[in-house]
Amino acid sequence: MALVLNEEQRMLKDAARDFLSEHAPVAQLRQLRDSRDAQGYSRATWQQMVDLGWSGILVPEAQGGLDFGHVGMGQIMEQNGRTLTASPLFATAVMGVSALVQAGSLAQRNALLPAIVAGELQLAPALDEGPHHAPCRVRTRLEARGDGFVLNGEKQFVSDGHSADQLIVSARSAGADADRDGISLVLVERTAPGVTVERVVMADSRNSAMIRFDNVALPRAALLGEPGTACAVIERLTEIGNAHLAAELLGLSLEACEQTVAYLNTRKQFGVLIGSYQGLQHRAAHLFSEIELLKSLVIKTLQALDAGSAEVAVLASLAKAKAGEVATLATNEAVQLHGGVGMTDELDIGFFMKRARVAEHLYGDHRYHLRRFAALSGY
Amino acid sequence: MPDLEQFRRETRIWLEANCPLSQRESVVEFEDRCWGGTKWKFTSDDQKRWLEVMAARGWTAPDWPAEYGGGGLNKEETKILREEMNRINARVPLFSMGLSMIGPALLKYGSEALKRQHIRNIVEGRIWWCQGYSEPNFGSDLAGLQTRCEDKGDHFIVNGQKVWTSYADRADWMFCLVRTDPAAVKHAGISLVLFDMNTPGVTTRPIRLISGKSPFCETFLDDVRVEKDQLVGTLNKGWELATYLLTHEREMIGSIGQSSTSAKSLHDHAVEQIGLAGGALADSVLRTDIARWEMDNRAFELTAERITDEATAGQGVGAASSMLKYTGTEINKRRHELLVSIHGQRALAWEGDAYDHGLMATQWLRTKGNSIEGGTSEIQLNIIAKRILGLGKE
Repeated sequence: MALVLNEEQRMLKDAARDFLSEHAPVAQLRQLRDSRDAQGYSRATWQQMVDLGWSGILVPEAQGGLDFGHVGMGQIMEQNGRTLTASPLFATAVMGVSALVQAGSLAQRNALLPAIVAGELQLAPALDEGPHHAPCRVRTRLEARGDGFVLNGEKQFVSDGHSADQLIVSARSAGADADRDGISLVLVERTAPGVTVERVVMADSRNSAMIRFDNVALPRAALLGEPGTACAVIERLTEIGNAHLAAELLGLSLEACEQTVAYLNTRKQFGVLIGSYQGLQHRAAHLFSEIELLKSLVIKTLQALDAGSAEVAVLASLAKAKAGEVATLATNEAVQLHGGVGMTDELDIGFFMKRARVAEHLYGDHRYHLRRFAALSGY
Repeated sequence: MPDLEQFRRETRIWLEANCPLSQRESVVEFEDRCWGGTKWKFTSDDQKRWLEVMAARGWTAPDWPAEYGGGGLNKEETKILREEMNRINARVPLFSMGLSMIGPALLKYGSEALKRQHIRNIVEGRIWWCQGYSEPNFGSDLAGLQTRCEDKGDHFIVNGQKVWTSYADRADWMFCLVRTDPAAVKHAGISLVLFDMNTPGVTTRPIRLISGKSPFCETFLDDVRVEKDQLVGTLNKGWELATYLLTHEREMIGSIGQSSTSAKSLHDHAVEQIGLAGGALADSVLRTDIARWEMDNRAFELTAERITDEATAGQGVGAASSMLKYTGTEINKRRHELLVSIHGQRALAWEGDAYDHGLMATQWLRTKGNSIEGGTSEIQLNIIAKRILGLGKE
């Protein structure tokens, strides 16, 4: 398949760019941060995204979605990386929807997906239990009780965990902490008795949360997928998440690079534009080349997701690893090449650096994914 | 696209029937890849036959116009042909600077007579072309070149010296950048001329590199007579052709590391030499370095593919060849550094049957030139900064 967007995908990309730059620029995130907004995102902007159909991009038509595919959603995520817009888009419309599509029963899909499309339901995956991504290292316990279950444990760094209506929680009913077998996924109401949510504002000013579960009673129907076999589902789910985070980091890197190049073309020192110095030109040109390499991995991975290719596992790790490295380079260079002003909060560049690191660490940084790629390749 | 599917089917059947099995084996030796020309010695009847059947269809130059001997395929068909050849690991039937450089330039800028004289010979691999570009004092600053070309009425006389002329000692003809107007500012007085390497006054001398024997030569031009009809394009407007040709050269050099998809992967080398411990390469530092290289290499291969696809879809951005040349050559240099790390001192042996007569060491050393020839990495970064990023314009 050609590594280019088709006409419809290009139109969606342009529409996303226009909408986000007009209605949800970096200034909005700054305002949410400065006002210590309790929600952490603009409900009005999210409603507009819902009206544009973005909550249903990955939802099958049978449940009222657009079924537009990962390449399409990736274009929105990429543009989102340019504006750093805070919204439930990733946790709900990418991760929540994909969890339901991957593992949900027909009844669950029919009940929940239309509500997501309509903007009436927000989800948040609660998978990691420590500061480093480890999808199948699960200590949270799920035990059978009566007709249902009881849930005990703690999840950390749950994106949108304090604002979502329901949490998708990985929990263990058998085996040791790092066993692949014995893990299940359950849907838990955020406000259910025994659930304690502590908001954690991250460096990127976005929502995260630490969540405790103390004897939370769950009905049998809370189970998402087959019990004890969720490790493979979680891996596929985080592959999808990482493909879209890579798309976001691509957009973020492009924006940081473009703003930096624009600065090199306006700032004068010693009577000349600093962009006329070869020492700075080469750094910018190297960054440009690295971003070009990332672009190709991102589109290939998104296409592989839509095609259901067996290569998704490898590609998702390659894309996320490269995205983490390139976004780190882009934001570090952006600050350095802006000089003193790059260190000021007044300039937006700092927001890009902070988001780059948080997005990289979510579901595995570049080291995690290089290790995973090597293991998948047999070394 | 039923037509393309049919083309794919027919191409697959034809290749299966016509590509000799020996021409589906990976290229190991230099001579495994046919360069053509009057001095070429075919390594086998198969190599000769594979060139002939492909050339008869114009498929050595699949996307060139059929009227001059090319294949006349459109971009989609060309891509399908490449994919189908890759599918059976078919060797490229002909590899030459005629195909990659002077041919496209002649098709774009050459007179009808020049096209009739040269294109079919290139397609059929009858002439080995070499390139007269760099001079001893003008490498990166190519436009300063001083080889003089004087108008003598019905012919030109060329005097000067070229350097880094690949295979000048095996080539039949040279395409050569010369100064036709010494008074003009440097880019403005350059022309591109063609001449037979057997012309009196042309002598060559091979250059020895840090990697040992090399295809590079110095070429001395003393009162070399060049016919006037062998001027390509307009007199004194040769710089435009030169940059056009350099673009093609960059693409070729940038793709050096890329063609070896069937070759053994770096991690296969490493597992063989170093072994696994608990499922992971026993050297964890090397494991990271290899994983990072394989990531970048995959990204590079996909980028070369994407740039081609974008050009096909009419979405391309200019100066992409500089980015590909820069990234491709740097990645290839890293590959050979890693091979040396993986094989250790074995890779540094210089002589002896047991060590392939220093093949690994010579290949490693040779890659150091990748980021110099065809415009250094630093020149490519200059081009990206100026042409793509628009930096340095006052």
